[in-house]
Parts: sequence; C-alpha cells; structure tokens
Amino acid sequence: MNLTLRVWRQAGPDAPGRFETYEARDVSPDSSFLEMLDLVNEDLIAQGEVPIEFMHDCREGICGTCGMMINGQAHGPQALTATCQLHMRTFSDGDEIVLEPWRATGFPIIKDLVVDRSAFDRIIESGGYVTVDTNSAPDANLIPIPKETADLAMDAAACIGCGACVAACPNGAAQLFTSAKVAQLNMLPQGQAERYDRAEHMVEVMEEHFGSCTNMGECEAACPKGISIDFIAMMNKDYRKAKFRGRRSA
Amino acid sequence: MTVLDSRVPDGPLATKWEDHKFDMKLVNPNNKRKFEIIVVGTGLAGASAAATLGELGYRVKAFTYHDSARRAHSIAAQGGINAAKNYHGDGDSVYRLFYDTIKGGDYRSREANVHRLAEVSNNIIDQCVAQGVPFAREYGGLLDNRSFGGAQVSRTFYARGQTGQQLLLGAYQALSRQVKAGSVELHTNQEMLELVVVDGHAVGIVTRDLVTGEITRHSAHAVVLGTGGYSNAFYLSTMAMSCNATAIWRAHRKGAFFANPCYTQIHPTAIPSSDEFQSKLTLMSESLRNDGRIWVPKDPDESRAVADIPEQDRDYYLERKYPSFGNLAPRDISSRAAKVVVDEGRGVGPLKNGVYLDFADAISRLGREAVADKYGNLFDMYERITGENPYEVPMRIYPAPHYTMGGLWVDYHLQTTIPGLFAIGEANFSDHGANRLGASALMQGLADGYFVLPYTIGDYLAPQLGQPKVEVTAPEFDEAEAEVRGRIDHYLGVGGSRSVDWFHRELGKILWDYCGMGRNQAGLEKALSEIPALREEFESDVRVLGSAESLNSSLEKVGRVADTFELAELMCRDALTREESCGGHFREEHQTEEGEAQRDDENFAHVTAWEWSGDSASPNEHREALVYEEVQLTTRSYK
Ligand SMILES: Cc1cc2nc3c(=O)[nH]c(=O)nc-3n(C[C@H](O)[C@H](O)[C@H](O)COP(=O)(O)OP(=O)(O)OC[C@H]3O[C@@H](n4cnc5c(N)ncnc54)[C@H](O)[C@@H]3O)c2cc1C
Ligand code: SF4
Ligand code: FES
Repeated sequence: MNLTLRVWRQAGPDAPGRFETYEARDVSPDSSFLEMLDLVNEDLIAQGEVPIEFMHDCREGICGTCGMMINGQAHGPQALTATCQLHMRTFSDGDEIVLEPWRATGFPIIKDLVVDRSAFDRIIESGGYVTVDTNSAPDANLIPIPKETADLAMDAAACIGCGACVAACPNGAAQLFTSAKVAQLNMLPQGQAERYDRAEHMVEVMEEHFGSCTNMGECEAACPKGISIDFIAMMNKDYRKAKFRGRRSA
Repeated sequence: MTVLDSRVPDGPLATKWEDHKFDMKLVNPNNKRKFEIIVVGTGLAGASAAATLGELGYRVKAFTYHDSARRAHSIAAQGGINAAKNYHGDGDSVYRLFYDTIKGGDYRSREANVHRLAEVSNNIIDQCVAQGVPFAREYGGLLDNRSFGGAQVSRTFYARGQTGQQLLLGAYQALSRQVKAGSVELHTNQEMLELVVVDGHAVGIVTRDLVTGEITRHSAHAVVLGTGGYSNAFYLSTMAMSCNATAIWRAHRKGAFFANPCYTQIHPTAIPSSDEFQSKLTLMSESLRNDGRIWVPKDPDESRAVADIPEQDRDYYLERKYPSFGNLAPRDISSRAAKVVVDEGRGVGPLKNGVYLDFADAISRLGREAVADKYGNLFDMYERITGENPYEVPMRIYPAPHYTMGGLWVDYHLQTTIPGLFAIGEANFSDHGANRLGASALMQGLADGYFVLPYTIGDYLAPQLGQPKVEVTAPEFDEAEAEVRGRIDHYLGVGGSRSVDWFHRELGKILWDYCGMGRNQAGLEKALSEIPALREEFESDVRVLGSAESLNSSLEKVGRVADTFELAELMCRDALTREESCGGHFREEHQTEEGEAQRDDENFAHVTAWEWSGDSASPNEHREALVYEEVQLTTRSYK
C-alpha cells in the first residue's frame, strides 16, 4: 500500500517546528506502524535527509516508550493499542496520516516526535513506592491478599507510563497515570502505612507539572492499557482524607 | 592461557554463601557514604543493585540510556520468576532448583553460584511482595504458581503476562525512593561509551547525553555493569530495539574477559517473521506451553485446512520424542526440534516457517474463559500482530534469538577480571551454563542486584577506606574521552551510502545462518571471513546524517553496531573452538544418533574466557575449569 504522511519536524526543543510531507511506498499491510516509519526513514537516509526521530523500544506494547498523535488521536485509531502495536492493515491504501508529538505543557518537545516525560518520574519519586529496605521483608505468604484485590491492583499496575492520557486530555492533566500508581499501592495491605502521605505527595507533585482534571474522560479512551478512571476517584478520596487528616493534626 | 580463579569459597556447598558472607570484609555503616559507586543500567539487575546500595548508605550514581528508569528491556519479560518456596508442597526445595538449573544448563555452569542463586530465590519473592508487586493469587489469597520448561514442579511466580514489568516497576520504585532520599543520583538518557581503568582498576566511565550530545566523565570507587544481553547481534530477536553490547564490549576492550560468547538461547515460541522489513520478533511466553500442544502435519505436502487435518495425520513431535516432559521440554531442545521439522519441509504458515501451538484441547478441557483468564493478553497480542484469532486457529510459532548466557566473566563475587568492575544480570555469564531455564533470568538479575552484589562489593571497597576516588582530570580520562569523540567524528564523517540498519541486518543474517541453532565448522569459518569483510564495508560505506549535538538515533546505533561486529566475530570463534554440543550450542558434528546434543566432558567441562588482544581476529583464550563436587555429570535426558 502507499500512503502520504504529514510529519511534525522540529530540530530541537527551542527550534520552530513545521509539518513536512513524505510518501510511504510499497508498505506491507502486515508490517507494523513503526516498521512503516523505519521504511520512510530508510528512504530519507538514501536521499541524504535527516531521518525522523520517534520514540520506541520494546515494540510490543509494554515499555511505554512509544507514542505519538496519529490523525489527532493518541496512539492512533485502534483502542487498547500502543503505537508500536498498530499494524498497517488498520489503514487503507492512499490514506493521508498526520503525525505529531504528544502535546502538553508537562511534556516539552525534544525533537520531531520525541518528548520529555521525566515529570512522570518526579511523581513516582514523591511517593509511588512502599518503604521497605532490601532484606527486611517477611515471608511472602504471611499476608494473604484476596484474589479480587490482587487482580484489581494488577489492573492499575498495568500502566506503562506512555503519557497518552496526558496527551489526549484537553487540559494536559496526569490524573490517570498518577491514580494508577496511587490506587495500586493504596489498595494493597503493604501500602497502608503510607497510604495518605502517598496520595497527598503524589497529587501535589502532579499538580506542579500538569494541568487540572475536569473529568472529560479522554484519558481512559486513549489509554492503551485500559486503565480505568475509577482509580482517579479512589485517588481523590484518599487525597481528601489526607488533607482532612492534615488539618486535624495541625 | 591462564586458568582463572573463580574465588569460590571452601566448605560444603549448602553453607558456602552463608559462611562467606560472614568471612567477607565489611564496610561499616558510617563509612559507606565515603564510597561512590557507579551503576550502569537500571534494568532488573541495575535498579535493584542501585536501590540496595543506596539503602545501605553508599553514594550511587546510576545511568541508563532510557528516558526513564521505569523502562528497560526487563520490562518485556512475560512468563514469570522462579523460587524454591515449595508453597504447593510438590517436593520443591533449594536443592531441586539448584539441580534443575545445573542440569538445564547442560553442566556448564559453576555449582557454587547456582546454589547461591537457588538459596536467595525465596528472599526475592518476599522482597517483591513487600514492595507491592501484584503477583497472581489463588482464591484463598495465597500466591499462585505455574510450571515452566525444564522443571517438574510448579515454582514460577507470575503477575499476569507482565511479570518482568511488575518486578521492574518494583525495583524502579525502590530506586525512586533512593533518588528522593538523595543517596542515588540518577542519570537518564546517558549512554556509557567508555570504561576508564587506572592502574588496572576500574575507576569511572565516559558518557554521552543522548539528548544534548554532551560528553561527560564520571569517577567512582567501583563500577557495576548491569547492561543486559547481546541477542540483538542477530538483528532479528525478541530484544527491545535499543539493547546492545557496547558497555560490556568497551569493558572487554579494556581488559574484562568475555566468557562463553557462543552460548546464546534461541527461544522456541516466537511469532515467525512475515517479511524482509520486519524489525523484531515477538515472543509468545513459554507459559503457553503449559496448555498448548505443539505439532506439525506428518506430510510435508499437507494441503488441508488445519481443522480438517485428523489426529492421525498430526505429529505432536515433542510429546512423541520426550514423553515425560512433552511440550515442556527445555528451550534448546524444543527449538532444535522445531528447526528439524521445518527443515524437513513440514513447517506451517504461508512461508512454511512455523509450527502450530494449539489450544483446542485446552479450550475443550478448561473452557474458553479459563484459557482467556490465563493467557488472554498473550492471545490478544498474537491477534494484533498476525490478524489471526488463536481461540479459533492454532498459533504459529518459531524459534528466535532471545537471551545470551555468555557475557563478561565474573568470579564468585561477581567481579570481572578488572578489579573494581562488577557485572550483574544478563551482562555477566554466571549462572545459566549453556542453556537458561525459563523464569530464571529475572531470578538471577534480582538475586545479583538485591542480594549478592551489595555484599560482595563491600569486600572490594573495605580495604580502600580513606582513599579518595580518582579525579576525572586523570590522563586515562583524557584518553577515554578522546576515544569517544574520535569515534563519533569518524562515523559522522564516513559519508557512505548505506544506513546503519542495513549493515546490522546483513550482520544478523550471517550470525543466524552460521552461528544460530545449528553450527558447523565450515559455516563458522565462512562467517569468520564474511563478518570482517562486511565490517570493512561498514567502516567505509555507512551513512550517518545529522549532528552530534542533538538527539541522533543513527549516531547512537552506529557505535553499537560497530561493537557488535567485533562481538559477532568472537561469538563465531568461540563456537568454532568449542568442539562439542551443549545446551544452546549445537555443533552439528557432535550429535548422538538420535540427533541430540553430545557433550564432551573430558575436554570441554570448562568456561572459555576470551581476552581482547588488540585485534579481533586473534583474542587470547583462557579457561576456568568447572569442578562438580555435588552433582554428577550425566547425559541430560528429558525423555
Ligand atoms: C521478550 C522477553 C521475555 C522474557 N521473559 C522472561 C521471563 O518470563 N522470565 C525470566 O526469568 N526472564 C525472561 N526474559 C529474560 C529477562 O527479561 C532478561 O534476561 C532480564 O530482564 C535482563 O535484565 P538486566 O537487568 O540484566 O538487563 P536489561 O533489562 O536489559 O537492562 C539493561 C539496562 O542497561 C542500560 N544500558 C545498557 N547499555 C548501556 C550503556 N552503554 N549506557 C547506559 N545504560 C546502558 C539500559 O538502559 C537498561 O537500563 C525475557 C526476555 C525477553 C526478551
Ligand atoms: S494511564 Fe494509560 S495512557 Fe496514561 S501513562 Fe498509563 S498506560 Fe499510558
Ligand atoms: S515501543 Fe514499547 S510500548 Fe511501544
């Protein structure tokens, strides 16, 4: 199949950006979306043009490195699918495809389709863990955890940190990402001791970097791992309790 | 040739590690902050090591070329992690896990290391559960287990099909806690391009910032490499795209011996490639072999649709050849068996390059829902890639390069032949011998990082108390930086006609053809003449555009591929030198009448460790004899 790509090119963080048009020729419908971009890059190199930079690593939907806006949709048209898992059979011969980087104030552009998502790490550093030093853990089966709780914690833990939720949100909010970690740890017995501090600190750091949530729900629709917005409600509840507790003890 | 000293402590196998922990020199808690340690890599091994060293009080600098420590190749591990908990009372024990691992490695690993690995396996599960890793549970709330190839007990802990992800996030979170506490300084988007050695000791590294291009020197009292494996030498593999061997290769060129480079694992269950431009192969977890049955048609000219092929015309070749392990035969054996049937022309799929992994029986026995509960995400992944629904038609699978048992040679302390340089995780050669069992890499990475290195490194550091670290102004740093800059300038200046990927793909084809699942003298010799020829072409005809002062993935790749050329040559040379078949190393000249691997214990019960001589064509060979005190070397049988 043959396609026309309109790709955002930007040489560096402070450089102006613009759309460039490229033709992708003889693309196999069985190839992945990123393999199609590899092919375009091979052509660009052959013509002496600097190839398009895009984010990727595992190419199997688990590392969370990839991500771009494809025709205005974070990770493209297929639900529950990261960019690297999209296959060209989803598109039709002759299609025009517009490619842009994640656009959000929390994610500055580095080059072309590559953005800086380090603000996510700041959120985790502020409390997205259980304080337990190596060698101080009790036997793993000492605390039984109901299967439903373990499964729900796993649903939340499945977040790959790609940032599509932020990119899809008109406010550039990071509630879905943050709540996935808060909810995972706060629903498990291991996470109880730090439950309210965790919610408080993570929400506050999140607010320093990202926009505010107005319950649009775009994040859930864009999320390749199906992270549920119910976790946002859980986080907000713990955050309110933390604040209330803070007032009482002040 | 020297004989290497593995520094395995004396005493009975079962108590060596405990006794040795007592005997090793200690750095007292208040003195730990006087030591700086560089950890390169924040995968399972690196992140767990950096976090633990930070907790202990050392000052740690951790480096990763990824944009976040939450990402590393470890995240892709699907199936699970082994431990000898015996929670299910099926007769498991530390000794059995030890024994299975030694046997699975085809008697080519070091007994003492493997026993230690089995001992600490249980601590890993405790630690990870305490961190909040959501392992799968039974209805009673206790931890669930599944079985993996090469074992007859159920000892594999798992978190849906995302075990590596959950373990890595656990380690990443522990690391993040130390970053916040200020004990670990984390450098993301930083690639180590050179190791710095002063007076024979590893004292630092030179890095390039992948975003800004800035070159920086870092010094410390010790350097730890947890930089992963080198299966990407084959180009097409199950590894993440950016995995590479530069860190260990640069260390090798500075004096670290490279052990058993030819021991590569070809995983039996990946999705077969569909065309020339494919960029990677996707693994279907081995856990699928718990319930899937592997078969091909008996007749190479079979033309009926799958559903119309009756039982008597199917060859369930693993069940036929290995009745007691059946579809759970170890990886090397299953992969070779698949190659045999495909080479016989009995492969399936449009390119006849796969075998069936069939769930029809499991679905009729357990119901579709139960199968979906266990493997749903893997089935979805398969469908997304192939466009076929595995609930209705059998999956097609074929072996793919997946893991490298070879790596930097390390002693019992996980120290390389360069004092002060340690290697952990897949980057070292230590525990898996000639073949790794499923669910054992995660175990080893975390054993090294959480429970072994943090102690053994103290033994190296303790005598240095009071000594300042080497300054980055030392002439050795000047040289290392000049080398890094020289290489960058060189590759930007070649101005050739072909892309880096083109060369990588061609190199991968040579390796796969001659140093893949089957190897023989003629083929290896051919590879040893083709690789240097291709490298010469690469050096004069590669095209790298753009600048060194910004994000430039072609520039990143070119240095990695240049190192891979040299490594590939060493893999072939090692394969040629090892005149026997063992585990993943199958020399066609050395097989039994039934086509099974034939070891030569008399001449090859050793580790081959190669020393860089300055010329990739003539490395120096060294050996570590493998002495078995506990287990008896027997022919591995899974019948
Ligand atoms: C698809 C797949 C599935 C698997 N499933 C399982 C399983 O179910 N069970 C199991 O036990 N094992 C499994 N394995 C194997 C296992 O995942 C790996 O062996 C293991 O995770 C390796 O961990 P590591 O920490 O050694 O290296 P990695 O996770 O590869 O980490 C390497 C780190 O080093 C960094 N790095 C490398 N070079 C440099 C450099 N020059 N400068 C700076 N940083 C650098 C990287 O950024 C990264 O942080 C699987 C492997 C694959 C490919
Ligand atoms: S919540 Fe979903 S969209 Fe957001 S980072 Fe996690 S996986 Fe990506
Ligand atoms: S490249 Fe890893 S999730 Fe897409």
